[in-house]
This record gives sequence, structure tokens and C-alpha cells, in this order.
Amino acid sequence: MSLDGLPPAQVPGGPLADKWTDHRDHLRLVAPNNRRKFQVIVVGSGLAGASCAASLGEAGYNVQCFCYQDSPRRAHSIAAQGGINAAKNYRNDGDSVFRLFYDTIKGGDFRSREANVHRLAEVSVEIIDQAVAQGVPFAREYGGLLDNRSFGGAQVARTFYARGQTGQQLLLGAYQALARQISAGTVTMFPRSEMLELVVEDGRAVGIIVRNLITGEWSRHAGHAVVLATGGYVNVYYLSTNAKGCNVTAIWRAHRRGAFFANPCYTQIHPTCIPASEEFQAKLTLMSESLRNDGRIWVPRSEGETRRARDIPEGERDYYLERKYPSFGNLVPRDVASRNAKAVVDEGRGVGPLANGVYLDFADAIERQGRDRIEEKYGNLFEMYERITGENPYQAPMRIFPAPHYSMGGLWVDYNLMSNLEGLFVIGEANFSDHGANRLGASALMQGLADGYFVAPYTIANYLAGHLGEAVAVDSAAFDAAESETRERVERLLAVGGTRPVDVFHRKLGKVVWDECGMTRNAVGLERAIGVIREVRDEFWSDLKVVGSGAELNSSLERAGRVADFFELAELMCLDALRRDESCGGHFREEHQTEEGEARRNDEEFTHVSAWEMEGPGDWVEHREPLEFTAVVPTQRSYK
Amino acid sequence: MKITLEVWRQDGPRDAGRMVRYQTEVSEDASFLEMLDALNERLETEGDRPIAFDHDCREGICGTCGLMINGVAHGPRDRTTACQLHMREFTDGDTIRVEPWRAAAFPVIRDLVVDRSAFDRIIQSGGYISVSTGAAPEANLTPVAKPVADAAFDAATCIGCGACVAQCPNGAAQLFTAAKVSHLGLLPQGQTERWDRAVAMVETMEAEGFGSCTNHRECEAVCPKGISIDWIARMNRDYLSARLRRAGRR
Repeated sequence: MSLDGLPPAQVPGGPLADKWTDHRDHLRLVAPNNRRKFQVIVVGSGLAGASCAASLGEAGYNVQCFCYQDSPRRAHSIAAQGGINAAKNYRNDGDSVFRLFYDTIKGGDFRSREANVHRLAEVSVEIIDQAVAQGVPFAREYGGLLDNRSFGGAQVARTFYARGQTGQQLLLGAYQALARQISAGTVTMFPRSEMLELVVEDGRAVGIIVRNLITGEWSRHAGHAVVLATGGYVNVYYLSTNAKGCNVTAIWRAHRRGAFFANPCYTQIHPTCIPASEEFQAKLTLMSESLRNDGRIWVPRSEGETRRARDIPEGERDYYLERKYPSFGNLVPRDVASRNAKAVVDEGRGVGPLANGVYLDFADAIERQGRDRIEEKYGNLFEMYERITGENPYQAPMRIFPAPHYSMGGLWVDYNLMSNLEGLFVIGEANFSDHGANRLGASALMQGLADGYFVAPYTIANYLAGHLGEAVAVDSAAFDAAESETRERVERLLAVGGTRPVDVFHRKLGKVVWDECGMTRNAVGLERAIGVIREVRDEFWSDLKVVGSGAELNSSLERAGRVADFFELAELMCLDALRRDESCGGHFREEHQTEEGEARRNDEEFTHVSAWEMEGPGDWVEHREPLEFTAVVPTQRSYK
Repeated sequence: MKITLEVWRQDGPRDAGRMVRYQTEVSEDASFLEMLDALNERLETEGDRPIAFDHDCREGICGTCGLMINGVAHGPRDRTTACQLHMREFTDGDTIRVEPWRAAAFPVIRDLVVDRSAFDRIIQSGGYISVSTGAAPEANLTPVAKPVADAAFDAATCIGCGACVAQCPNGAAQLFTAAKVSHLGLLPQGQTERWDRAVAMVETMEAEGFGSCTNHRECEAVCPKGISIDWIARMNRDYLSARLRRAGRR
């Protein structure tokens, strides 16, 4: 551990509620006529990347935006179903910026930076205004005004939604804003392009090395600032709810070049996913948490139950969340819901052919509200469930089980969303900043758009203002070295010449990480996992088989590069989980729980962010950023 | 179940393609793409180049995947993308033909992967509401009647997969274009640019080499989001009105 070496977090002084306004008032500006003199690189085109690239383009900067998909509209933000939080208080149910802040910081189990979370709650209201103006078709009431629903971890209804496709509609809004800038010529879009290296010169990010995924051609791109908006890393588990292409490579490459990686062990296991059905399964499918508004979660009271759900009488059912948490009931936060599901399945009370799920039952809601109302709210989710499982959830309860879904950890950033590398900004899920040890539902969309629309455009300008008149170029020694190292790495993957394709290794890696660094962790398991990860990694580098060359479309080669980085990340996740000898949020150390099985934090020793610096392969130094709370008192989270 | 696949293999845009036959064994609970994954893993182990196909979210929402399955875009199940199609829709012993999207405006890149960037260019030509970040008024200032909001939503659910184009005998992109023209043109926020948007998007669509709509309705039949061809009628009306308005201004 090192107490120094971490740059200041740049959290402004003054009262919490005034920090962002005051800070914004004093950030440096770039005059409109000077903005076109700056090049900004944005990697990723999800909610954070697209909104940031579009906003910078609108302001007049020259932006280059990269995505691995064939179109920026396909980024995985599109799959978010449930909604987006905002402290509008349209329901008159007592919501406020402070309450959204409080719920988010409490939901994060007091492991996030207070000032960042407050800012997030503040700008949440602007996001809704922006999205509506773009034509995002949020759900409305008959009077024509916006509708809301409630979500896990909150006692107010502040979630805005567009049926079960809120992420899609918000992403299309950002994508369209981006398209407008592409058309205006301020943004140049590079689809089917993967950033494989960050170029760093004198501690400053100056550009990226990119591989064209169709032709295999390499290109260099220089910028005054580089923004990484590349999403999360739970595909390290192999089976997750992320898109197949989601990966850690962009932020991992930055980490290897000196950017600190914060809280890598904070991963979120989402409680409502469709349970795995077979060995060969390629991914897990999430069912929106909004379903918990109307669905009741239960398992049979006794083990080894074989009757169909409908044949099990009320008295023999255990609505365990309602029983254990009467105030929040089925709407407890995700980590609590997930662990409780695991507990009842581990007890042998799981349901379904593999006894690996719990019921999410809509019978009462359908009886009370009518099938039409339920269909209106969740129709697309019910359809999706039916397509995947072949079962009709209007007639029999859904079966659900937790699955890896989101990573709260990510690259360390200061209050300006800049990493410890100057000029490297990290936004959205790729950074660590706002969700602490657990993210509340409907706040990923909020954070991605807050960062991209309303925070980064100000703080990036502040950074750029100090670099007016500086030229950028791709013909430096730093670019030469970065490109040749990256090409060599790709050649090494092709040259292993082994016998097994990449997915074999990814599945092996995923199983270890899921078993030992998933929903619950313990010291013995984590130590064992690190050993196994190293062994499998060595196997990977000696027995990998990638057919074809680097000079063509080669998706196995793409995956091999990503999996190589996942191996290194997995080790750091376990190390971080081992070092954090407490339970908090999604990080549940079995050694540290209350008598009732709830997470027991150790605030005296662990009220900090762990920011890891890579010294060499398998060798990390921990820096600690202490977390201070002025407006809230960390308490044990209670949802009873 | 045992399945025989006949798959279109084509090395590059300028290479000749051919159908190649593969025998596979797969569980009926597997998805169609998981079957291709398993086949690819076998091909790679044997040292053959795996079949290139586009996919990402595997939840039917990103619009990346797209396969002609026995001549039908996304396969036999209504309102279902290829990634959400499961093998239980087929029968043991079936032979299944798998081809890429076929349309002049979607050139093949390799095997089952095509270039759909023309869709992005249609959106870039006007598929947005021009409101820069920070310029938005309070959201509830503009009520939108629920039926209007719901209709706009229905049009907005397009995932941009291109099935409509692939299935159309003319390779037309009317359904895709009309969905966006209608989504934005229905909402009060989209009125200012409504007429110019319709003209710009239709003209870009034509310039990109898509065919003309002759009301076959194949697009609607295969659309995984069930987008209605009513939107095409609405787009045509907006387009014509816009041209007349322009003519009137002259």
C-alpha cells in the first residue's frame, strides 16, 4: 500500500450542494473560435461516448469517435431495459436531489465519492430534459406528462422509462445527436475499429493505436485529449448479461500504460436474469429489475419440491424477500436480492430443471391490475422470456437467477473525470466513480449521460484550455513504440500455434472467477483462484489456436486479444477482493457478515478507494484514496 | 438434434461465394447463434477458418445479427431476431440454409457479414432533432398525448438490423427510413424539421442504392420489432407534402 502517488481527487471545497456549481463557475474555458484547433479522441459510442462526442462536436471541437461495432447505435447501452433515475419529484412523493444522492450513496454502501454522487443527482434532471427534447419517447400518462415507476433501493418513484427499452431509446437519442455532428463534420466516426493501445508521452495521453476489424489495418490517432467510454468488464466471467463484444481491453491497455485501476473487485451480479440452461450457453439474459415492481419472488418452503409452481399452495411458499425485508420487500437493492437468491438455491430450494432459479411471480399483479396493464408495462420482457425458455410467464411464474451484469470498478478518475494520466478522461461504466460497491437500478444510464452530456464537456474544456496552440502528431517515438509493441502482441497471439480455440480458455477463466470472485468471496478461495488463473493463463499462451491472419476480419483474433487482457484483470480482481478484508455492497466476503447474513463493513480500515498501479506483470501497488462523508453518516444499510 | 447446415462462404467482397455443407449436433435449448458458435469452435480446432457472422447483444435489441435462414430474414419465428431464435423451432434432421442479407446497398464483407453503413448515412442526413446539449427546456413543459407518445415509441423501436431490406424483393429501405421519419415527425419536438427531414432522408435513401417500395409487405412480415408499413404511407405523405410546400414557396 502506498499513501502517496495518487494525485489529488480535485474535489472542490464548500458545501456539498454548491460544489459542482462553484467548480463549474471557475473551470477554464476555450473560446468558440479556438475550439476547432483541438482534437479530441473518444473511444466507445455508448451512452457516455456518444453523448460526449456529440456534445464536444456541438461545442466546436474536432472529435474522432471509435467503436468496435458496425455502427455506433449498437453499443451495449442499448440493452438497458428498466429506466433512468432523475430527481424531478414529478410524483410529489418527497423526492429531491438530496434524496437521490442519499439513496445512491447508501446503495453503494458508502464506498463512493460523496461529491461525485451529489453531482450525478444534480444533473439527473437536465438529462431528462435533454432526452425529451431529442425525441426520446418516454412513457407518458394520459394527461401527456411523463410517467415514473419505482426501482430497487428507493422509496420514491423517480424512474423514467420507455417500456422495457429505455436504454435503446436513450442511446438512439445520443446516437442521433452524434449522427447530426457527423453530418456537420465536427465528428469523424470510425466504426469496426478497436483501440488496442493508448499512447502516453511524458505521463500524458496523446493518442491511440487502432486496428481496423475488417481489413486488419493499423492506424494512429493523435489528440489533445483521449476519452475512454468503453464500458464495463464483467465478460471476465464469460457468462454475463453483457454483449459478446464487451471487453476490458481499452481501459486495461491504459492501465498497463500507467492509469490506476480502482476497486476492480466491485462487480454487480444482477438478481433477475434467466438461469443458465446448458453447458454451451454463450451468454445470460437479463430481465429488467422493474419486474420486481409487480412480480413477487418466492421459492418453495421445502427442499426438493417437485410440484409445478401453480400447484404449490400459498402456505408452502416462501416469499423470502418480503419476509426478511418488510419495508423494501421485493425492491431491495440488487446485491441483497442476488445474495438471498443464491442462499435459497444453495439450501436446495431452487426451482427449474436444474434447480438453479427462484420464481418471479406475476399472478397477483395480473389479478389486481389485469393482464393488459401488465402487458403494457412488461410485454417485451415477457415475450423475450418466452422466446428463450419456451415458457409463458403470463401462466406460470418466471424463473430467475443472478448473473454478472455491471462493473462498479474501473479506471480511477478525479472529480474532473480525468485519470492519473494527464489528458486521459474516463467516463461511464469504464470509470469507478459514482456507484461505490453496488449500483442502484436505473443509475447506469443516468451516469453515462451525466458524464457525457453535462460533466466531461466542461472538464475537458478546462483541461484543453491549458494546451492551446500545441500541435499533435502521430510521428513521435511514443507512437512508433506503441504501434510496434501492439503489432507484436497480436503476432504473438497468432504464433502460439496450439490446439484449442480461445473460447475454451475464456470459459475456464470465467468459471474460476465466478466461483471464487463472484457473488460471495473468501480468502482461501481468492488465493486459490489467483493460482488457477495463472495456470490457465499459461495454458492460454502455450496452447491457443487462432486460425487465419491479422490482415483480415478475424473475430477469433479479436477475442483472443480481449481474453488475454481478461486474464490479467481477473488476477487483479482477486487481489483487490483479497485485500479488501470486509464486506461491502456487491463485494461480499463470507468472513464478514452479520448474524443475519448481511454485509458487514469495516469502516475504520476500509473507507477508501483502492487504486492499483501496475508495476509489472502480476505485480501491483495499491494506492488509497480516503473517502470522507460530510452530508451522510455511513450506517449499516438496512432495507428491513 | 442433428442438423445439416448449408452456409454461404465468401472470403471477401470481390471473391466468389459458395454454399458449404456442415453436419452439426445441437441441443434444442441452444440458440441459433450458439449452434454457429459450436460449429466454429469445431472448425477452428480442425484448423479451418470459422464462419464470420455479426452478433453482439444476443438479446434481440442491438440489431447486429442478421441471417437469411431458409430464405427468411432472422428465420421462421415471428418478431424474433436470429440471436433470439432457438433450435426448438426446428426438427431433428432438418437442413437449414444460412445466407447473408442480400441487397445491393448491403455489400457482403465476408461470409455472413455485410456492410450496413448506408443506414447510418440515412440517419445522418436528418434522422435527429437538432437540439444541442444544454438547450433543452423543462421536460414537462410540452405534454405529449399518450396515444401520440405510444405511436412514436412504436416507430422508434426499430433496431436497424436491415431485415426489412434483406427480405424486400426490391432491396428497399422504406420501412427503416419511415420508422425514423415517423418517430420524430409524430412528436411535437420534431415538428420544426419535419418536412426537411422527410425529404433529406428519402433522398439519401435513394442515393444509397436501395430499391423502391412496391408494397410487397415482406419488410413488415420479417421485422423483429413488428414495425408497421403504415409508417411508409405516412412518410410518403410527409415527403409529398414537403415537396409541395417547397414548390409553393418558390
